[in-house]
Amino acid sequence: MSTTADAINAVKARFDVKVDEYRGEHRVVVPRDSLTAVMTLLRDVCAYDLLLDVTCVDYLNYRGATDRFGLVYLLANSTTAARLNIRVMLNEPELTVDSVVGLWEGANWMEREVWDMFGINFAGHPDLRRILMPDEFTAHPLRKDYPLQGRGERHNFPSITRDQA
Amino acid sequence: MALAIPENVVVSKLDELANWCRKNSLWPMPFATACCGIELMATGASRHDLARFGAEAFRFSPRQCDVMIVAGRVVMKMLPVLQRIWQQMHEPKWCISMGACASTGGVFDTYCVVQGIDRFIPVDMYVPGCPPRPEQLIQAIIDLQDKIAAEGTLTGREFKTAERQQPKRALMELPILGQTPVFPSRPIRGGMARPDTNSQGVG
Repeated sequence: MSTTADAINAVKARFDVKVDEYRGEHRVVVPRDSLTAVMTLLRDVCAYDLLLDVTCVDYLNYRGATDRFGLVYLLANSTTAARLNIRVMLNEPELTVDSVVGLWEGANWMEREVWDMFGINFAGHPDLRRILMPDEFTAHPLRKDYPLQGRGERHNFPSITRDQA
Repeated sequence: MALAIPENVVVSKLDELANWCRKNSLWPMPFATACCGIELMATGASRHDLARFGAEAFRFSPRQCDVMIVAGRVVMKMLPVLQRIWQQMHEPKWCISMGACASTGGVFDTYCVVQGIDRFIPVDMYVPGCPPRPEQLIQAIIDLQDKIAAEGTLTGREFKTAERQQPKRALMELPILGQTPVFPSRPIRGGMARPDTNSQGVG
């Protein structure tokens, strides 16, 4: 099993997924509950052994969008160079999805970044802490409902005067 | 009776002697976080030659420096580091805020970028530019030397500034786009009523 079409057929035969194509790029929209099963199939049977990226899209106020978040997994087969784009649609308040760190070790920091920026919770992640923002930060700044200039966190520091130093 | 002084003796004040020593051997601490750091390196390199002003000895340990040059934007995760490094430097010490980002945040008016380091640490010289040319940084160092020569004291009395300073405008809260009214409504002297059209404006 090597080509992208074979992989898509294998996933389609077992799971309830939506597949579309744009300029040769295939996107598979997977239900939230079967993510781990689909990813295990793709890694073990279809030999997608490389997880290129885990990222997220906030579709708030996006025209025609029905779901709030689209969680994006970019997979690659390092022998055949086949690519696959897996997407999981998430809506509040159920922003928890199974972690794929057990399948690809490299998902660790990427899932931490998605947690930090979008607040998607990854169940089973070994170390789900913030990775870019400070630990005491409370918001998830890449969400569309977060103001660009923040909520005053950038001013919330003690000021050192000449006499204190 | 006049005191007989040999030709090779100069009478001066102790403060001026200390200032003369301090201003001509500034040791910069490069806090370079962005493209201004490249200009900072160019300033120290042979073409612009900061050694002409006695400030060529860059040290990466705050214990050995007396002028911190903050070159580049400072994010909120870096600010505690900046403050700690500033506090680790020995007195007398000065700070140069180099470039638009360090001085005001520059174009990075976002949630994580500090809008000017002078909100959180004292700054002696601001260098405009994006990034400033080495000539501008050299000018700031010369101006800093003049400042040290003019108001420096042996005991550092000029640093006891808290009681004689007005609160800086930069230390007050700046408006947040779309959230803060830019011109808060205040009573107009003379009692003339005017519709308050600006209170919902954006910055």
